[in-house]
Parts: sequence; C-alpha cells; structure tokens
Amino acid sequence: MIRPLAAFLLLVLAALSAPLPAAAVQPDERLDDAAMEARAREISADLRCLVCQNQSIDDSNAPLARDLRLLVRERLLAGDSDEQVVEFVRSRYGDYVLLDPPLKLSTLVLWFGGPAVLVVAGAALWLWLGRRNVAAAAAGPAPLDAAEQRRLDDLLGGEDG
Amino acid sequence: MTRFLAFLPLGVFAAVALWVAIPLITGHDPRDLPSELIDQPAPVFDLPPLPGRDDGLANTDLGGEVMLVNFFASWCVPCLAEHPIISRLSQTVPVVAINYRDQPEDALPWLARNGDPYTRIGADTDGRVGIDWGVYGVPETFVIDRAGRIRYRHPGPLTPEVLNETLLPLIEELRG
Repeated sequence: MIRPLAAFLLLVLAALSAPLPAAAVQPDERLDDAAMEARAREISADLRCLVCQNQSIDDSNAPLARDLRLLVRERLLAGDSDEQVVEFVRSRYGDYVLLDPPLKLSTLVLWFGGPAVLVVAGAALWLWLGRRNVAAAAAGPAPLDAAEQRRLDDLLGGEDG
Repeated sequence: MTRFLAFLPLGVFAAVALWVAIPLITGHDPRDLPSELIDQPAPVFDLPPLPGRDDGLANTDLGGEVMLVNFFASWCVPCLAEHPIISRLSQTVPVVAINYRDQPEDALPWLARNGDPYTRIGADTDGRVGIDWGVYGVPETFVIDRAGRIRYRHPGPLTPEVLNETLLPLIEELRG
C-alpha cells in the first residue's frame, strides 16, 4: 500500500516542480521598486511580441520585446497608470499587440465564434437524439422473423428437457 | 428537411475551406499587421545623422511633397534584397531613411557598398523612433503625403509587384 502512495506523491511532486515558463526579463531591466516591477511584469505578460507573435514581451528574447519591456518600465517611472502604458503601446501597434483583445465589432467572431459553434452543435445533438428516441418508441421492438422464432423455441425447449 | 441537413456538414466544411483558402491564394501574409498610423501625421521625432554626415531626419523634414520613409539596417538581409527597388524608386520620388537599431559605423560602409539612394538619413540607434512608428521588423516602408501624413505602410521587403501594383499608383494618386 505504501509503494503506490509513494509513487503517487512523487508524481504530484514532479508535476508541481515542472519548470515554470522562464521570463526573458534581464537583471539590468528590472526596476528597483518591487511593486512597480510587479506592475511592469503584469503589463508585459499581456502585450504580444510583434516579432514572435505567440509570445508575450515578458517571455520573448527578441530585441523589440526588450525595447518594449524597457519602454513599459520607463512609462511607469514617468508616472503612467497601467491603462496609460497599455494605451501607449496599443496606439502604436494596434489591438493586435493586446493578448487580451477588446470586445468590439471586428473581434466578435474571436469572442463568440467558439461558444456559438458549441451551442449550435449542442442544439443539433439534442434535436437528433430526441428525434431518434421518439422514432424508436413509436416503432417498438421489431417482431421476430421465422428463423429467429425457431431458434428461440429451440433454446427455450432445450432448457425444459 | 432531413435531406437538407445531410448536406449541412459539407456546407460548413466548404465555408471554412474558403475562409482558409482565400488568404492562401491571394498571397496574404498573416504576419503583415495593419498599421495604426494610417492617415495620421508622422510621429514627432528628431534623429541625429550617421557619423560624418550632416543631415539627420526629423518629422519636420517630412511632407511638402509625396515621399517615402524607409526603415533599414545594415544587418538586415531583406533590406539588401529590396535595395535595388528603393534605388529605382528614388529616381521618381524622394526616399528618406531611418537607420534602425544599427551600428552607425556599419551603416556607412553598407551604403558605400550598395549605393545610397536616400535624400536624408536619421540614425535610430536604440529603435525608439521605430516603436513610435509601430515598426516591428526591418525593412518597412511608409508613404507620406504632401501634408506629412502617413498614407500607406508596407512591412517587409518591397517587391516589383508591390512597387508596380501599389506604390507607384498610390504615389501618382497622391500627387494628383
């Protein structure tokens, strides 16, 4: 009993110690003010690196990502709010730079496409299953043909004898 | 009704296939991002010249006539590839340049080797002006109208197709 438990605990431990995604922030980029650095990290995690496109600037080693990380910190030091920093970058690179895209006309498909497919598919499945059950209930079990009836009689007869 | 429903999956497939196929066939690169700056005045900037030159480039140098702004760097291979087209264009329209994230001492030999078609060059050594222009890679080329507004942005190297089908007609139209 001990052994499976130990194995299970080891597995949990391994899962917990799985490498966290390493940030690309270099020591020389960090701000001295820990609270402000935390805000910078949070903002950077939601800004797309335009060079690699599927990484945030917090994760990317591209030179442009480094420039943008430094820019984010510079804006924070200049007294910008988080929203002002994000808007500063968005006004230059567009909505595409936001990894958490805003809800607007051009992003409706992005926001509601998935749920819409789920709802339509769910409704179709529900209708189909409902119709199949109604059809099955109406028809009842099919009557046995002659061969099946003979086999059934044989089986039942054999049990008696 | 049932017969119609039987064809529904096929219809959905056709719609998705078209949606995916059209950008493939028209050669649209999904990495070409739209610019936020279209129809906006050029961002405010004032860049020093490359060492040993006395031009530099500022936003006040833009406008007056239709011109191109070309972001280039000596380390950038696609810039070398588009350089003959830039040189050809510079005979019909002034082309100014922003030397992006480059070592200034590398840029001058590069121009000496490949020809210098630019009327002015500003050195954006730390890439900060590039960020203000929304540049995410070199080369990028912007068309500026007489009023100094950005009218078009082409990310990536210019090709003869872009030149003939987009840039030259647009320049003609803006001069109109």
